[in-house]
Amino acid sequence: MKKVSLEMGSGGRLMRKFIDEQLIPTFQNPILNELHDAALLPSGLAFTTDSYTVDPIFFPGGDIGTLCVNGTVNDLVVSGARPEYLSLALIIEEGLEFELLEKILKSIKKTASRNSVRIVTGDTKVVPQGQGDKIYINTAGVGRLIGRPRPAKIKPGDKLIVTGSVGEHGLAIMLARNDFTMFCRVKSDCAPLLFLLPLWEKGILWMRDITRGGLATVLSELAEKIAYPLLVDEEKIPFSSRIQGAVEILGIDPLYLACEGRALLVSPESEAEKILKMIKRHPLGRSAAIMGEVQDKIGKKGEALLRATSGGLRLLEPLTSELLPRIC
Amino acid sequence: MTVRIAGKSPFAGWRSRSIVERLLKTISSEIRTIGSTVKIMEVCGTHTMTLHRFGLKPLLKEAGVEMISGPGCPVCITPDYYHEAIIDLLTNQKDILVCTFGDMTRVPTRKGSLQTVVPKEGSKIKIVYSPEEALGLARKNPQQQVIFFGAGFETTIPGIVFTVKKACQERLKNFSLLSAFWLIPPALEAIIDSEEMAIDGFIYPGHVSTIIGEAAYSFIAEKYGLSGAIAGFEPADILLGILSVVRQIRWKKPEVANEYKRVVRPEGNPQALALMEEMLEKFNADWRGLGIIPESGLRLKPVYKDFDAVWRFALKLLPVRIVKSACRCGEVLKGLIKPKDCPLFGQVCHPENPKGPCMVSYEGACLIEYKYSSGAKSQ
Repeated sequence: MKKVSLEMGSGGRLMRKFIDEQLIPTFQNPILNELHDAALLPSGLAFTTDSYTVDPIFFPGGDIGTLCVNGTVNDLVVSGARPEYLSLALIIEEGLEFELLEKILKSIKKTASRNSVRIVTGDTKVVPQGQGDKIYINTAGVGRLIGRPRPAKIKPGDKLIVTGSVGEHGLAIMLARNDFTMFCRVKSDCAPLLFLLPLWEKGILWMRDITRGGLATVLSELAEKIAYPLLVDEEKIPFSSRIQGAVEILGIDPLYLACEGRALLVSPESEAEKILKMIKRHPLGRSAAIMGEVQDKIGKKGEALLRATSGGLRLLEPLTSELLPRIC
Repeated sequence: MTVRIAGKSPFAGWRSRSIVERLLKTISSEIRTIGSTVKIMEVCGTHTMTLHRFGLKPLLKEAGVEMISGPGCPVCITPDYYHEAIIDLLTNQKDILVCTFGDMTRVPTRKGSLQTVVPKEGSKIKIVYSPEEALGLARKNPQQQVIFFGAGFETTIPGIVFTVKKACQERLKNFSLLSAFWLIPPALEAIIDSEEMAIDGFIYPGHVSTIIGEAAYSFIAEKYGLSGAIAGFEPADILLGILSVVRQIRWKKPEVANEYKRVVRPEGNPQALALMEEMLEKFNADWRGLGIIPESGLRLKPVYKDFDAVWRFALKLLPVRIVKSACRCGEVLKGLIKPKDCPLFGQVCHPENPKGPCMVSYEGACLIEYKYSSGAKSQ
């Protein structure tokens, strides 16, 4: 009998297969079929939803409360919308300490006001002990469209910009979850991407927040959407020095580590430097970099290629299974 | 927060484009002097990974070196019946906690994989990151029988048996080991002896060599006249190893070169070797794809039988000759074919639906090829 495996939710190929073979055919309509991070509604509104099941619920650099607001806000921002209203649905496991719940609510309140969004509706359910893991949160968000992703306009020469160093959230969670007896001061990069909103009026062609599956997965998804291959220069990808030793020890490819406050942008060649400057002006964008471009010389349509630091080329595939540290 | 770009990582020098280019150029000019291309087997799965992750394979081919992946992936060469024995135990007996490395849980067998089977009530499978973690669980849960299912080469064997030694000293009654321990040198000899094989030299596994030292491979140069070099795992490390092998071929002076001196001492790790000698005995082990190789496996000596899961749970590790499937993992492991030559590769066999262990393990040649190297086609 076919059973759902954890991998189906890891943001990789198996999840896409589930979306393509089950969800789209079952519910299809023109808005859903677009598969944006948020649905673009006819009335000039964007609408999105996301569920948060992070374990542990408190981690270095954030908690499930900051995550559930920033995640949904970011989905709206990269879809070209200014976030306005959020819903909040809590599924709580019986026995959760009330103090923790209050701490999470406080953190939701703080993050929402930082993002100028209001929580306007919600729901609370409690499940018996053992039928959930402390707390799961779902948020939905509505925002007003001020821009629109235009993947069809992307052409050779356009630049790929990453808004900050990648992989910190994924590594922070992995370290908090497992006892590797390893000391590493990495913090989650969980943060709102609101500061990218003005870029929609500066000619940006496409934006996507880098979440599960990491930068490599976002790049390979973009490559499949457009008519040209992508080429990224590994040397130009920003990594925090804090994660570099840890990923080498664990044998993990940082290009597949999740972020929660970073985005990949496509900018027309002529605007790229100007846009990079604007991003760098914001504290969350200090380490932003132009790290690649849309190609017409190397590679084939649908491919995202990486020029490794050593000079060789390699294909970036979407994440296929949960990241596991290597044996030896 | 300080941000450094990848090029400034602690490995920058070993990954630098200019150094890689210079090494490739030197290799290429040596090959021109030899007058024909050479075939070198990288024995270790982690070397295979580096070659693909840094896009080195096509660059080496251009220089005249064909790299062939070897059997250096413990998950890949462990026969199915080890998994089936532990699956039987887990699904039929209560209060068993099987601990193992992540890759091991995904190996498909006739009885499913450790990840897909439903354990008997009170029993569980847990992915651990070190054998110590399993030992810790045994201490914490005295009511549960904790089994560490460990597959490994010389690199990981000492660390794993050390936990058995500790368990023995602490008189733990609920910890045992299902070992799938394999030795590299006998496997290399079996590959050299098989008539189908035509290899000009070897890149020896760096971390296995950390334990066994240089002399363990001497017979390959002396008895078989084949060149070889111990190499590390960064691009420049591997290229230095390849350059050494190519030069040995050119001057017809086969030896065991050590190009990983910052880690590998000529004598290896005497303490680890002594521990293995003290606790383990050799036996004629069955490798997937390679068959039975004399004295190529290690198992706990009879004095430690209380800690041997095979003995404690009367596990039956019986070589079952399975009806031949179209999966050609065996030939991939011997370096006879490339993953892409298998009819299942990328079609029905891919990382979400692996048909053989080479598509499961992060060190498996098929998974590595699938993940990294379709890009080579478009260069």
